[in-house]
Amino acid sequence: MEYVARSITFIAIYGISYGMVIFLISIGLVITMGLMRVVNLAHGAFAALGGYFCTYLVTTHSVPFFAAVIFATAAVAIISLGMEKAIYTRIYKATELDQVLLTIGLMFVAVAGLNFLFGPNVQPSRLSPTLEANIDLLGRSVQVYRLFIVAIGAVVVAGLWFLFENTSFGARLRAAVDNRPMAQAIGIDVASLYSKAFVLGSGLAAFGGAVGYGMLPIEPLYPFKYLTIIMIVVALSGFGNMKGAAIVSVLVGIVDTAGRYFFPTYGAFVVYGFLIVYLLLRIEGGFKRKSA
Amino acid sequence: MNPQSSFYNPAASNGVGLMEIVFWALPGVAFFVFPDNLSFGAQVLIMALYAMSLGLILGFAGIVTLGHAAFFGIGAYSTGWIALAGWHEPITATFAGGAAAAALALVVGPIVLRLSGLPLMMMTLAIGAVLFEAANKFGWLTGGENGLSGIEFAPVLNLFPWSVFGQTSYLYCLAWLFVMFAIFRSLVSSPFGLALQGVRENALRMRLVGAPVSAHLIKVYAISAFMAGVAGSLSAQVTGFVGLDVLAIELSINGIIMLVLGGVGSIYGGPLGAAVYMVLKDFAANWDPYNWMAAIGLFLILVVLFGRNGLIGLGQRILPKAFLISLPGTQRMVSRRQAT
Repeated sequence: MEYVARSITFIAIYGISYGMVIFLISIGLVITMGLMRVVNLAHGAFAALGGYFCTYLVTTHSVPFFAAVIFATAAVAIISLGMEKAIYTRIYKATELDQVLLTIGLMFVAVAGLNFLFGPNVQPSRLSPTLEANIDLLGRSVQVYRLFIVAIGAVVVAGLWFLFENTSFGARLRAAVDNRPMAQAIGIDVASLYSKAFVLGSGLAAFGGAVGYGMLPIEPLYPFKYLTIIMIVVALSGFGNMKGAAIVSVLVGIVDTAGRYFFPTYGAFVVYGFLIVYLLLRIEGGFKRKSA
Repeated sequence: MNPQSSFYNPAASNGVGLMEIVFWALPGVAFFVFPDNLSFGAQVLIMALYAMSLGLILGFAGIVTLGHAAFFGIGAYSTGWIALAGWHEPITATFAGGAAAAALALVVGPIVLRLSGLPLMMMTLAIGAVLFEAANKFGWLTGGENGLSGIEFAPVLNLFPWSVFGQTSYLYCLAWLFVMFAIFRSLVSSPFGLALQGVRENALRMRLVGAPVSAHLIKVYAISAFMAGVAGSLSAQVTGFVGLDVLAIELSINGIIMLVLGGVGSIYGGPLGAAVYMVLKDFAANWDPYNWMAAIGLFLILVVLFGRNGLIGLGQRILPKAFLISLPGTQRMVSRRQAT
């Protein structure tokens, strides 16, 4: 009995915190794919860049963790604005293959650039002392950091929900996702909406990469390594569906953690099997209708 | 779509192009000019076949897949198992490798090909990842990270023993590439091939004119898988080894890169791109792998933003028109056809 309770606590805390980091990193891609239909395989690079800035500030300049996170997020948001104007606007109307090629290219360049700037090794992930401490929770020692991530994730979900449902920006964004020509016809400036959504998404990815670096270690191959899991969340949650993304991320986090916990040997199969079954179930549903 | 204006596609012109003869003369010349590099040459030919098989579904049927390595890997592993089980005749083993890959395609095709766009990419990526994990975990079957080694085959046709310098490997792979290419070439210029290009351009309209779109796609998926399986099988025979990398996502992505380098949608794009990619990669072997990544990344960005159709497109723009013509003997046939 106690074993069950402890396992459930472990899976819940580790699964949900993992899911929250995945959510933070993927939500930007979910939004921008909903708006622009761009298959951005380089999205993980923004998360990696956020993580790198953060760890750089924390280790070499002894900036406090929280300040470093905020600075890294802002820096990546600014960089992404330039990227959007210079490169992404050119492929909004390109074919899927071109989008895949260009974004794979961007990812490769990003990986090589990160290696050039910071070296090939895994970066140290120093947190603040309060976060590194352990506390006892239902008979299981849990790092405060994990709980902090769960809390941060919940705050971001609530904030995004408010932004989408209760502000004029959110209303315009939802209108553009649902029907772009109609949104344009009633005077919504979709191009500027695109830029804002892109910057918001990249900023969130950088934020996720920075706060999550205790879980997803920062290294040059980061964008490549977490590409699959990001794409799984995007494919499962449906275009521009914020709520779907939150649910799917947490679910993927829990399924993955539970899979690795109960079947350590075959854990990696669980999340892929989950994806395949889910796609099979939805094969006549959402995707077909939206992408037609 | 007009194949002449956008792609160099000799199959669309009912004749053998002058450049095609030049193209096929190159591997023959290479056999005599680089006698010390024939083992590497065989690798190039195998990759050429693999990239060509990807070009069939990606360039001509518009199926954007991120999991093509699955078929290469299945072909390689099944050939390895056949050899280790005691069957040493190479040609039947190659057919078996291709057939195993085609069987896999016939199983997954009807399901994944109902998807398109991102869900299709995700599904193929996930299936590829599952197979990779399976090969990694079922070590008793696949050797896990150590791979299958000690794969040996009898002389080809009982005449040509496998030599250390790779003459047999090279010519054997070249023969397979040529046969598969001939099938590929006649396939894309057949009514079936035109129907596929119709599906690529607009699947809905093809459905409206009554074309069995899903059946076409499944069929071409299986044919392409067969070719990729043959490539995998050849790689197992030539190297005598099958490792996990035959199923890795890197191989799927590299296939796309080779194809793009040569030119998507041109029948020579895959083989040409694979050859150039392999040779460049060989020269860059001493580089830091990250530098190679940067070079490839920049190349992909530039191709999408500025260049069209890779090297084939470039050749089409800079080569004099005289090089691109069909040969006279075959052109008469064309005119007779038009008269009837």
